[in-house]
Formats: sequence, C-alpha cells, structure tokens
Amino acid sequence: MIVGKQKSIAEIKEIISPYKKLLVLGCGTCVKTCFAGGEDEVAALSSALRLAFRKDGKDIYIEELTVERQCEDEFIREAAIAISKNSAVLSLACGAGVQAIARRFSDVPVLPGVNTTFIGVLEKQGLFTEECLGCGDCKLAVFGGICPVSRCAKKIQNGPCGGSRNGICEVNPDTECAWQQIIMRLKTLGQLDNLRKYNPPKDWRPSHAGGPRKLVREDHII
Amino acid sequence: MKSESLSNLQSVLDKGKFAVTSECGPPRGADPEIIRKKGELLKGYVDAVNVTDNQTAIVRMSSIAACTHLLQMGLEPVMQMVTRDRNRIALQSDILGAYSLGIKNILCLSGDHQTFGSQPDAMNVFDIDSINLVNMVKAMKTEGKDMSGFALISPPKMFIGAAANPFADPFEYRVIRLAKKIDAGADFIQTQCVYNLERFRQWMYLAHEEGLTARTHILAGVTPLKSEGMAKYMANRVAGMEVPESLIKRMEGVPKEKAAEEGIKICVETIAMLREIKGVHGIHIMAIEWEEKVGQIVEEAGLLPRPQADWHGGL
Repeated sequence: MIVGKQKSIAEIKEIISPYKKLLVLGCGTCVKTCFAGGEDEVAALSSALRLAFRKDGKDIYIEELTVERQCEDEFIREAAIAISKNSAVLSLACGAGVQAIARRFSDVPVLPGVNTTFIGVLEKQGLFTEECLGCGDCKLAVFGGICPVSRCAKKIQNGPCGGSRNGICEVNPDTECAWQQIIMRLKTLGQLDNLRKYNPPKDWRPSHAGGPRKLVREDHII
Repeated sequence: MKSESLSNLQSVLDKGKFAVTSECGPPRGADPEIIRKKGELLKGYVDAVNVTDNQTAIVRMSSIAACTHLLQMGLEPVMQMVTRDRNRIALQSDILGAYSLGIKNILCLSGDHQTFGSQPDAMNVFDIDSINLVNMVKAMKTEGKDMSGFALISPPKMFIGAAANPFADPFEYRVIRLAKKIDAGADFIQTQCVYNLERFRQWMYLAHEEGLTARTHILAGVTPLKSEGMAKYMANRVAGMEVPESLIKRMEGVPKEKAAEEGIKICVETIAMLREIKGVHGIHIMAIEWEEKVGQIVEEAGLLPRPQADWHGGL
C-alpha cells in the first residue's frame, strides 16, 4: 500500500488559513489502512481543527467526507456536491489523490493534509516499513525477495557494504541491513550462489529517472 | 600479474616489494598550499598517496584537483572516487579527465552515506555501486570502451583499487564479496584499519584459500591512535571498525602526554605483524589529520628507503 503520515495541525492550520469553508476529504483505501486519511482520521482532524480555530477566535466551517478512492474518477465524482459548497478542499489522500481531485475540479484549491511517504507494508501493528521504490524493473528473484533498491540506503546491487554490523545498517541503528537479510534468506532457500553473481549497473529507465511514467493497457482502452 | 606497469604503485607491487601508501584529505577550502604541505610531509616515505573524495560526506576540494596538485610536486596520487555524488555519466567523464591530467590510480568506493556528513539534507545518487564502478574502469582499460560500449579515443588505463572491510558483517560473506571485487577488476585492495589482527588473519586465510591473494594485491590499512578517546571512538562509534579491548586498555594505561607515542608504537608493531601475513603486499597508512607522523611510522617500521621510482609512465 501507499503509506502516508498526516501533517501536523500547525502546518494544516497554516495552509487552510485563507479559507472560511473547507471540505476535509478522506480516502478509504491506502491512507485509511495506515491511519492517515480514512473516515476516522477525517473526523478526528476536523474536530481538532474546529477546536483550534475556535481557540484562536477564528471562524471556520468544516465539512467532512470520505470517498472510497481519490485516485479514481468514478469515486471522486461522489465528492462533487460537497466540493461545490466549499471554498477549498483539504485532501487526506496520497499525492496522487490530491492531484486527481485538482485535475477534476480545476477551479477549487486542493490542499494536501498528508505527507505521502512510501510504498510499504504493515510489518506489525503500528509499524509500516518501506519495501518498494517503484523502480519499474523488479529484480527480487535474484535477491531472495528482499529489495536492495528500497531497503539499502545506498541501493547497493552487490552488497553488503562495509557498514553492515550485526545485521544492522550503519546509517540508522533502527534499520536492518537489507543485504544481511538477503544473505539469510538466500541461505534458507539454498540459493547462496546468487551472491557470487555480479549484478550489473541497474537500468533506471523504467524508474522515475526516465521522467513521469505512464502505463498504457491497450486491451483496456474503450 | 600485469606485464606492464600502469603506475609507480603497480610497479612496486609487481616487483614484489612491500608497498607503502598513505592518505591525504583535501582541505575544506580552495587553498592548494594545504594539500602541498601535506604532500611535502609524505614525500619520500610512500609509493602513492590516496586522495579522498569528500570523505565522511563533507564538502572538500575535489579529489581530481587535489590529485593534480600532488602530481605537480612529484607525488603519485591514488584518486578516490565515490558513487554517492555522481551518476555514471559524471563518473566516466571525471575518469577521462583525471587520466588526462596524469592520474593513474583509482580507488573505487561507494562512499560514506550523506547522513553522516555536514549536509545530511542532500540527495544521494548511488546510480551504480562500487563493484559496478570497478567493472567500468576495467572495461575502459581492457576493452577501451565506456559503459555504452563506445570505443574511446585514447581510453584511460588505470591501476584499479577497491576497498574491503574484514570487520564488517556477515563475516563469512566478506570473502565472497572480495572475490566479486577482484572478478570485477580490482588490481589492489585497501582494507579497513586493522586493529584486530586475529580476525584479519582469519579473513586473509579465507581469502588465500579462495585463491584471491594470488589474483590481487592486498594492502592492509592501519591508523595510528592518538589517544584513549580516539580508540574508544573508533571502537564504539565507527561502523565496521573493530578495536580489541586489549588495545583500548593499553592506550588507557599510559599517561595522556605519552598516548600519541604509544599509538604510534602500536601502529609500528601492527605493521610488523601484518608483514608476516601471507598475501599482504603492503600497507596503507591512514593517519587522520596526522600526516606529519607517517614518515616516523614508515621509518620505525623499517620500510625505508622506498624503492626508487623507476617507473617512467606518462602520457
């Protein structure tokens, strides 16, 4: 899923300050799962903002709504009436959701309420970890299902570097060395020979380095 | 190994002489005098001088420029190059430029992560890794081609080095990775500073068993300790560094004003032990901001005089 983190109340207050009528728009997919922008977070944030503005002696009207997915036009349409009644939208979706709303409602200011952080997994309750950089050329077959592009601070293809100690990355003591993980996993799989193979320089063309990407599915074009 | 030496360092190693290299960190400024002064301290004591490439991710005078200053005073540089700051296009271009200036040795590294430096807010590159870089320089040398396969006009032929850390984890994989670096084209290997002789011997034994010591020149790294504080810092704060408790105790055991002397003594003893290890073809002295002690260390280790530079390379 796409993992995001809600911005601080202070930052949100700052960016919504020019507006008197605001729609706080949640998204019921990824950001809901990571507790950043689902229905519950929309309600909690709206209450907090109302309180904060009242405390400052300022007037603001806040409406709440959550759609299933802000990155799909079909669901965005459901927000049309609510958007037309307000002077701005505070979107709690990922950056794609924010832009999809902006694209459909070209004359309405759309403001981000969430920092989109990474593509990751829920490792355990309350802990999300980055597992994919969307590089567009997946080599997980070679690395025993553990990604050195997203999980190694140096994206090393032929690791581990000299900074791996007791399975921990030198860059951050809270981070496991991805290469230690790769080695352990390959050992379990009986594929340690993979470690002797030279992994050539990565082809970054399918990644963001090649510019904004598009996926065309001819078979789905109507 | 090679029939024709590409540099003075290679010439010394190919003749089976025990090589001595050292290090020179460029200044955090544009004054060439600083690098010349450091170079002056090393002249006559070493076969080549490593010039670091924005080490610890702190902005310094570029490695190429500092190497050029050393060359002009008759010292042979080993240009360090990290993949942290430049993509493959800039790396290749700088290699061509460096060679055009007369730089014959390169040490290929990934580089310290920028979060350790003075500008942790910087973006890193890491387009390729250090082993890919070794392979790239080797392809220039043996095939005369850049990474696109283009046949270069006067391709650079550099003596290629890489780093190895016998003290990082996982230990059993360290030698496999060393083999990968040698396969990629590393003519020589500089190791992380050796304090733990036992672990280093074990690593060298494994490297020897794999037949690697016959395929590359291993230069063991040493760093003289200045103080008890430095010993503890190296032991606890520097990743991939191992300082045995006995050495820390030894540094603790001497009065403060004698600590530096003791550190140098330890360094000289370490060199003597390293010379006994099969497959160690030289030492690399990393006297961090202590270049004035390199001469003393080399002298006390009995490694003087250095072989006359009978290598008359040039363009």
